[in-house]
Amino acid sequence: MGILQVKDVSLKLGDKKVLENLSIDFWEGHIHAVVGPNGAGKSSLAYAMMGLPEYRNHEGDIVIEGSSIKSLPVDERARLGMSLAWQEPARYEGLKVDTFLKAGSRGSSRTTDEALDMVGLEPEVYKYRAVDKTLSGGERKRIELASILMMQPRIFLMDEPDSGIDMSALQKIFEVISMLKKQNTTVILITHSLEVLRHAEHAFLMCHGKLIDKGTADKIIYYFENNCLPCDHQNQPLEEEIS
Amino acid sequence: MSTNNFLQEIIESLPASHRNVMDKDTAHLVIHHNEVLGAHLVPGLDVQAEPIEDGVNIKIRVDKGTVIEKPVHMCFGMVPEEGLQKIIINAVIEEDAAIEVLAHCTFPNAIDITHLMDATIHLERNARYSYFERHIHGMKGGVKVVPKAKVYVDEYARFKTEFELIKGLVGDIDIFYEGFVKREGVMDMMARIYGRENDRIKINETCHLEGESSRGVLTSHIACRDRTNASVYNTLTATAPFARGHVDCKEIVQENARAKAVPIVEVAHPQAHVTHEAALGSVDSKQLQTLMSRGLTEDEATELIIQGLLN
Ligand SMILES: Nc1ncnc2c1ncn2[C@@H]1O[C@H](COP(=O)(O)OP(=O)(O)OP(=O)(O)O)[C@@H](O)[C@H]1O
Ligand SMILES: [Mg+2]
Repeated sequence: MGILQVKDVSLKLGDKKVLENLSIDFWEGHIHAVVGPNGAGKSSLAYAMMGLPEYRNHEGDIVIEGSSIKSLPVDERARLGMSLAWQEPARYEGLKVDTFLKAGSRGSSRTTDEALDMVGLEPEVYKYRAVDKTLSGGERKRIELASILMMQPRIFLMDEPDSGIDMSALQKIFEVISMLKKQNTTVILITHSLEVLRHAEHAFLMCHGKLIDKGTADKIIYYFENNCLPCDHQNQPLEEEIS
Repeated sequence: MSTNNFLQEIIESLPASHRNVMDKDTAHLVIHHNEVLGAHLVPGLDVQAEPIEDGVNIKIRVDKGTVIEKPVHMCFGMVPEEGLQKIIINAVIEEDAAIEVLAHCTFPNAIDITHLMDATIHLERNARYSYFERHIHGMKGGVKVVPKAKVYVDEYARFKTEFELIKGLVGDIDIFYEGFVKREGVMDMMARIYGRENDRIKINETCHLEGESSRGVLTSHIACRDRTNASVYNTLTATAPFARGHVDCKEIVQENARAKAVPIVEVAHPQAHVTHEAALGSVDSKQLQTLMSRGLTEDEATELIIQGLLN
């Protein structure tokens, strides 16, 4: 049984079916990748798992260690050990990086200097800057990751960890992912990148809100090789979609 | 209570980092009601404080070319629960002179106190004046603060003011500032206020960019909780070529508070340019959800976002 289970989840936002009968098991201490084209519903799945207000009104169930978390708001899910690094993280006027990082740390022994070092940002340069629009996109993403490292969740959802990240920083992020694996963190990477996918032990391919395929990263790599973008899976039977 | 006790209580109400205002090497002026409790000047800085019925009439002059290295501390306060304090300031910063003032206005026990400030500030050519005013109020909300200032910024001069009221209840505040900026002059006014309970906040700031390439920025960051009522009226006029101005008003509104922003931007020269942005309402949802996804409760997350905005 997975530590985190998505059970037959369907979600409509406005008139749009964003997730359709989606079932996925995520295993404790394993690294997972969720891949799929733009608009497939990957971020929506992450938001539904995290419990964001508009995404809680879904059918089916989301379960952590056998207990439904469907009725729990974001902060209670976080206190159960789940967190999300956002695809495009929020900016905060006036809030210092140091304060932002400490906010979620709740008794963790890691210092803000250590967390910034781990994502390849010099603490002296970044600690007292604000988490505002003066940070570049890549810097902000790395600070988001550092904030998660401060929190040390058991289940970590990372929405597009590599978007806007340069090559050397990406290596740092892979180091962080390996370290999380050693610490038995359950990692869920949402990605478009073949390189990120290669770091996963299990992969799930989504399209139009549905799960199209799952298996090892190697198995799902065909999605990239066949340049499955954009796709028109929606009205076709599953078997045809994969062939 | 003796004068000494008043002085002690005023100093104790200040943030720890500013309790050294009376040090010998810090230029300072400490006023309780209409009494000067302490004053220390440095060469090139002339301050004359003359008691009037319910306050003090202060004349400040920074001599031509004098650059005062360390910030000058000013402290205006009232220890009793009731009373009126009227501060009249006439400041002239002469050509090429520079001064930074850190002012604290402290009313730790206020139940019914009115603090009026009426300032006329003249920055001569290429002068610099930076004025930071922090208010420290008690939790009874019994303060009425009415600061008025007229500021004249001559060619190449720079005026910067920051008003902060985030500790204790505001009570009732009515700010009225007006500035006139000449060629290449700069006027930068910022107010950061945290309103709670029945606080009433009114800001009325006007900046006239009259000289070529003059600059003006009016910023108001306000958090309103409970039943606070806040209105911000910002006016920026630009009538000269290459004058540039910006009005920025952000108000976070929680619970039963009400907020209003009325920006007026006026341009009367085709080469001038002014902009404004106003954002009023609840805390941004993504900011809130992000902090909640790190385990903060909604209240804790809201408070952190407000502290950032008021930082
Ligand atoms: N509030 C909403 N109302 C209606 N449709 C929405 C809403 N939010 C998202 N969608 C739609 O749901 C679909 C899934 O969006 P989602 O952001 O989950 O995709 P994604 O797989 O993360 O894509 P990307 O790779 O571009 O990040 C998209 O077609 C999007 O336009
Ligand atoms: Mg996405």
